[in-house]
Amino acid sequence: MFALGASVCAASILNPVGPVGIAERTILLDSLAIMLAIVIPTIVATLAFAYWYRASNSRARYMPDWAYSGRLELIIWSIPALVVLFLGGIAWLSSHRLDPAQPLDSPNRPLEIQVVSLDWRWLFIYPEQNVASINELVVPVGVPLHFRITSATVMNVFFVPRLGSEIYCMNGMVTQLNLQADQVGVYPGLSAQFSGDGFSGMHFAVRAGTPREFNDWLAHSRKAGAQLDDAAYGQLRRQSQDERVYAYREVRAGLFDDIASRKLPPGEGPRSSDPSAQVSPHGRQ
Amino acid sequence: MLGKLTWQAIPFDQPIPLAASALVALAMCAVLVWVAVKGYVPYLWREWITSVDHKRIGVMYCLLALVMLLRGFIDALMMRSQQALAFHAAGYLPPEHYDQIFSAHGTIMIFFVAMPFVIGLMNFAVPLQLGIRDVAFPTMNSVSFWLTAAGALLVCISLIIGEFARTGWLPYPPLSELAYSPGVGVDYYLVALQISGVGTLMTGINFVTTILKMRAPGMRYTRMPIFCWTSLAANLLIVAAFPILTATLAMLLLDRYFGFHFFTNEAGGSPMMFVNLIWAWGHPEVYILILPAFGVFSEVTSTFSGKPLFGYRSMVIATMAICLLSFTVWLHHFFTMGAGADVNGFFGIMSMIIAVPTGVKIFNWLFTMYRGRIRLTSTMLWVIGFIVTFVIGGMTGVLLAVPPADFVLHNSLFLVAHFHNVVIGGVLFGAFAGSAYWFPKAFGFTLDERLGKAAFWFWFVGFYVAFMPLYVLGILGMTRRMQHFDQPEWRPWVLIAGLGALLILCGIALQITQLLVSIRTREQRRDTAGDPWDGRTLEWSTASPPPSFNFAVLPQVTQVDSYWGVKVKAREARRLADEPEYESIEVPRHSATGFITAFFATATGFAMIWHIWWLVALGLVGAYATFVVFAWRDVSETRIPAAAVARIDRANRAARAHALQGGHA
Repeated sequence: MFALGASVCAASILNPVGPVGIAERTILLDSLAIMLAIVIPTIVATLAFAYWYRASNSRARYMPDWAYSGRLELIIWSIPALVVLFLGGIAWLSSHRLDPAQPLDSPNRPLEIQVVSLDWRWLFIYPEQNVASINELVVPVGVPLHFRITSATVMNVFFVPRLGSEIYCMNGMVTQLNLQADQVGVYPGLSAQFSGDGFSGMHFAVRAGTPREFNDWLAHSRKAGAQLDDAAYGQLRRQSQDERVYAYREVRAGLFDDIASRKLPPGEGPRSSDPSAQVSPHGRQ
Repeated sequence: MLGKLTWQAIPFDQPIPLAASALVALAMCAVLVWVAVKGYVPYLWREWITSVDHKRIGVMYCLLALVMLLRGFIDALMMRSQQALAFHAAGYLPPEHYDQIFSAHGTIMIFFVAMPFVIGLMNFAVPLQLGIRDVAFPTMNSVSFWLTAAGALLVCISLIIGEFARTGWLPYPPLSELAYSPGVGVDYYLVALQISGVGTLMTGINFVTTILKMRAPGMRYTRMPIFCWTSLAANLLIVAAFPILTATLAMLLLDRYFGFHFFTNEAGGSPMMFVNLIWAWGHPEVYILILPAFGVFSEVTSTFSGKPLFGYRSMVIATMAICLLSFTVWLHHFFTMGAGADVNGFFGIMSMIIAVPTGVKIFNWLFTMYRGRIRLTSTMLWVIGFIVTFVIGGMTGVLLAVPPADFVLHNSLFLVAHFHNVVIGGVLFGAFAGSAYWFPKAFGFTLDERLGKAAFWFWFVGFYVAFMPLYVLGILGMTRRMQHFDQPEWRPWVLIAGLGALLILCGIALQITQLLVSIRTREQRRDTAGDPWDGRTLEWSTASPPPSFNFAVLPQVTQVDSYWGVKVKAREARRLADEPEYESIEVPRHSATGFITAFFATATGFAMIWHIWWLVALGLVGAYATFVVFAWRDVSETRIPAAAVARIDRANRAARAHALQGGHA
């Protein structure tokens, strides 16, 4: 039904680059196929009945009082029930197998990444490497990625379509996500939950490189960039539609947990010093 | 004196809202002046504004829905055109304006188009189908309508004075909290929905009481028309679900007005609680809208196939099963919030189970058409268009109910396509089918068929052109509510979707033309016998339009398709049943209570939004005083003498006898 050309698939969730996305694509297509098996006949039957039993067709049989058939009703209830039984099994099993919080099967030790959504930027902290980046997620291929995710401000959703599962970022909570990129490349990431005026610019690139490229990036980040301490975080709390990409060479220990546990204050929101903010926001820009 | 209200509230620097509201204000003034000059004011006041007749109130609900449909659709056109222009560019709507537009679009389409449309149809048809003279609480019915209109008015006022919410149609905190939305937009949303929500809740109480307690003699539950069953289910859901909405919005109001911390980031607030609560209302709400539409489809399919509905009992069981199950699925709106696998799996399965009774309904309509004699009028086209479209929407819905599939589709345009697929293909097509079906009953003449069919085709094709691309965009990873984007793969699909919106625009234009043409040529399309479709249920036994008391003598019901039984007997005997003995009838008196209450509610609401506290107090006192005056009334009914009843009913009988002789099959 959807005319998806090959070029179109190149950027889509149907063209994943990691095990999570691949498994989700399989479930999506399987479920679709199962349902199409009754949806298409139903559509055809609807059109066929409407056409054949049209009033002007004198050859069609007319049974003006026929309104009940126990056998038919049994079938009517059974068909959707069986389909749902089948799909329900898929839903239950796959919910467990693809639970975002569940670690991936891999011989490699997962890379820990902490994600904080800000107004309207993304902060990625690598606690073990002690660096951080803004609006760019650099990862090595073939290594499981374990994300711990929170929000310093309103709700957002962390989503990299070609890697798979998305998950909410919420202030005062930590959600977990396990993903993995298996192909070198640059993949778009974005927020999938509307978060205010700067929402549309709140995207980031996922750069998946070889472990060596990843280490190079780490080394480079450690040399350049500022320190992410409480003062620098104070700057990040302010609303900004700045889409620039940059890195921090060092991160204050425990920053993520202090944001998640609300020890640090949440995002500032719009500046209330502007007199029109209270009344008509049209003018505020 | 005027709280936060200053000249700053009016966006003089923004030409789009300013021009739009000026145009609307001008149009409204023109209508008012025309009404006044023509001397229609007393007529409108007496016959419509203060009417407590369920038929009139039903018509006004549908009219409100149509007017608001235009407003909501203009929002849709603006969104489509903005996205068409905003590839690597800013487009013409800055985020703070665009955000209001999609929030207003969703709010208006659900609360002030879909809701009034289905409530309007229920108002008009349920008492007639039940064979009774009015709803249980006629004046409360009028209050319900006017409160809904008050909510709609406040949403429209936000266009010019201040702003509307910039949070989406469900204002998720913390974004909707004072810290992140300090303007009046969210207050407009909350206050407007609280006022109209009270109206909806009263409608629910009214109709549950009416259907349970006031059926015609002999109309057991198992003989009720299916539209009454689906209305019963929808109103039970209203009674159970709308208090959740009211409480949830009240908590957000307390947060914003009095510094509470139900959903804030600070002081232990839980934004996720809001999300749970709002969907505990939100999912039943979906079925409040679709169940009455299912009822319409059942009535129309049966009538235009010339057969009773196939599997009446299955249909009733399916309806009530949906009614119950709709409360057990709300978590599927946020599988991606990090609930455990057991929770996600459970709600996924429950969401699929609700597809079983829905599937049964589809098959029942199919077998109602089977071996029927189908008249493919525009009304029936809406039904066939619905079945074809709705099974696709249902399928994508079940797909979204598989948690791992939802993990990559949640909040994407795939989701947007899905719910438009079921709301347009289900609720709106149902509302259009219902209004075409009952229009001659309400106004005494039929609608133009050719224009009706043309409108259907534009809507049907337009829907596919507008929303199938959104499915593709969702698969391409595009999320909803984007004010601009820079991924080139998305562009062609966004443009096609815009084209679809234009096709739907043609459909709407044709519907307006259809209405105008039909009114102009009404003398040629009079429905003199009151039964233009060879109907099966009791509303078709009344004159078109029915007298204020509906039935001169309450009908005796002996079977499901009650009027069909009467007709078959009359056709066999080649004469009508004997003339009954007429008695005088008491009908409820007209009352301005609804209108005045809504006037005060609007004042209170507006004052709340702008912190004009003296006006809040004044409005509340005024509304309470209106209630007291109504409660103190001495005379609540007018008596229509037996002679007048006899005269009106004899005319109806004569027309029917004439039609019977005129060679109805």
